Amino acid sequence: MKELLWLIPILPFAGALILIVVGTKLSNSKVAVVGAGSVGLSALITILIGIDSLSSSSYKGFDQVLWTWIDVESFKPAIAFHLDALSLIFIFVITFVGFLIHIYSTEFMAQDEGFARFFAYLNLFVGSMLILVLADNLLLMYLGWEGVGLCSYLLIGFWYQEEKNGYAARKAFIVTRVGDTAMAIGLFMLFQIFNTLNIQEIAIQAPQAWDVGSPVAIMIALLLLGGAVGKSAQLPLQTWLPDAMAGPSPVSALIHAATMVTAGVYLIARTHIIFELAPVAQVMVGVIGALTLLLAGFSALTQYDLKRVLAYSTISQIGYMFLALGVGAWSAAIFHFVIHAFFKALLFLGAGAVIMLLHHEHDMFKMGGLRTKLPVIYWTFLIGSASLAAIPVVTAGFYSKDQILWLAWAGEKGNIWFFLAALMGAFITSVYTFRMVFVTFFGHEKTRVGHTPGKSMTIPLVILAVLATVGGFIELPHTFGHFTLFSNFLTPVLSSTEIKSGAESSEWIVQIVAAIVSLSGVYLAYFFYVKRPELPDKIKSFIPSLYRLWHSGWGFDALYNFILVKPFVFLAEINKRDVIDQIYGALVSIVNGFNLVLTFTQSGMIRWYIMGIVLGAIVILTIGLLV
Amino acid sequence: MKEVPLDYGLLLAGILFVLGLISVLIRRNIIFMLISVEIMLNAAGLAFIVAGSRWQQAEGQVMFIFILTMAAAEVSVGLALILQIYHQIKTLDSDAANKMKE
Repeated sequence: MKELLWLIPILPFAGALILIVVGTKLSNSKVAVVGAGSVGLSALITILIGIDSLSSSSYKGFDQVLWTWIDVESFKPAIAFHLDALSLIFIFVITFVGFLIHIYSTEFMAQDEGFARFFAYLNLFVGSMLILVLADNLLLMYLGWEGVGLCSYLLIGFWYQEEKNGYAARKAFIVTRVGDTAMAIGLFMLFQIFNTLNIQEIAIQAPQAWDVGSPVAIMIALLLLGGAVGKSAQLPLQTWLPDAMAGPSPVSALIHAATMVTAGVYLIARTHIIFELAPVAQVMVGVIGALTLLLAGFSALTQYDLKRVLAYSTISQIGYMFLALGVGAWSAAIFHFVIHAFFKALLFLGAGAVIMLLHHEHDMFKMGGLRTKLPVIYWTFLIGSASLAAIPVVTAGFYSKDQILWLAWAGEKGNIWFFLAALMGAFITSVYTFRMVFVTFFGHEKTRVGHTPGKSMTIPLVILAVLATVGGFIELPHTFGHFTLFSNFLTPVLSSTEIKSGAESSEWIVQIVAAIVSLSGVYLAYFFYVKRPELPDKIKSFIPSLYRLWHSGWGFDALYNFILVKPFVFLAEINKRDVIDQIYGALVSIVNGFNLVLTFTQSGMIRWYIMGIVLGAIVILTIGLLV
Repeated sequence: MKEVPLDYGLLLAGILFVLGLISVLIRRNIIFMLISVEIMLNAAGLAFIVAGSRWQQAEGQVMFIFILTMAAAEVSVGLALILQIYHQIKTLDSDAANKMKE
């Protein structure tokens, strides 16, 4: 079964190729079959391989070399895939959630002229993302990394007729490129030291080459972190993600919530050996995660646009994953990634459906009362929100987030500040999540619903809702159940987290505190937006400047505009005529000047020409006589 | 028979040449310019003859024959051109034939 591994990334690429070449000639239903079918087949193969590897007791990993990509002296990266527990989990989420989103898109994009183009891009994205997570060397991974960046650009600017969509697409592309540059430099340094880019070889050699805390290891870890920060929209490169919501909702669900933005988490988990050798960099990961989850959470509290709430929430949840990586809770981070992919894809698809059925109304304060009009979307959205807010016991989000909270406190590298930040974040998360639910679905109807969603939209929602609930039960905490299927599966790849001695007994306290915090957040949202809906406006008018700061995402856009964009535009304005070109321009004008003088002598009077010949002859003869 | 000294012959040739040159420069009538060019050619030919007789060599006279032949060809082409110019611009003024300025 494992030998079919190469088919998993190839199938979406083949689908993309077919759609690019003949897509415009095919009918919509055929495009849907090719687009969704290729990803569906990949998902099927992934599940078969998954069953195969779960049944074998000690799963070590599987390498498949297709061919040597480049062969220059010692630089021999191959097109080769490495399958282990970590990449298996990622390809499962990518193909399975990707497939559901493809199904959903067949209805969501049905009226769009670029139907074939949409599925071609989406397939290309799935293929690139699979390359990213399956690559056995960092160069091939970088190929996938840039491939998903390209697809992200193409899909954010999918409706390119509107200028602001193109702007958002360019912004996403350029901001993530900043991180990618850092990552590329990190790869150069790794190759220079180890003479290979193969991830497994680096993982073996690194502990021998470096002591813990060696400056080179820290340098490389920080450069890789730079790449991860850009792709995963963490501080200080988070500004592109809210604008990326300009793309169609399925794109936001697949690329900007479930898969691509977690590539940074994957990169750090994959190279965790380097981060373990660089404690400073690892603490940085945690600090970035903690700051990001708080800042993005506060911003999410103040947004009107349904999709922007979810965008800030995504940034915040990836902050949790970074926090978990920072305290060495590798499997907790990956667990949260899986659960987050389920519920955030669900929320984005639900939000997309709501927005579509309300004739592209994004402002949630103009919605309301949808609870009875759209029951399926309401219930699935509610389940997704409950999972995001980590409502205790019944939701998957509780188990994944609880694990991060607990390890932020009790993990060997955890501390009280990380724990408090995560707890504060959990509270804000449940407030903004249920603010969104109450404002959108409760109250009285403000915009009429156009029509009801069809089966291809509701079925993916229901499946994701089920996963967002039961997905948590594969990893239960010590205090009840103690069922660790997920972390056991990951242990061969990602070492389990050491717990501080004497902290084991306090796990149930953390769980109860987390549960209380989450429920009180829900109650606060209920109090403000259902019982006393006039209160939020009063608070808003009380602190308008803080509100504006949060609404604009802590003014990062304005700051970057001031310190980067403005000076750049200013310099470009000065250099409009290209300073270096001026030198060559001067040469041209000198030649032009001579030309003017000489054309003056071309009078057309033949006697002047003869005069010129005579004078020339006299000069030459004189010189001849004198010398 | 007393020989003409070399210097005199060359001086005469030089004077003829300069006269021809000056008249090419100051004449505006194309036919007169052509005649002046003939004078210059003959001045050069005279210089060859004088030099040939001074060194008792035949080459000077050979060169003169060449010049004469060339002058005949030149006149035929020149006159044809002059006819054409006259057809085009209805005058023989060389200054009026400045249409190729640009």
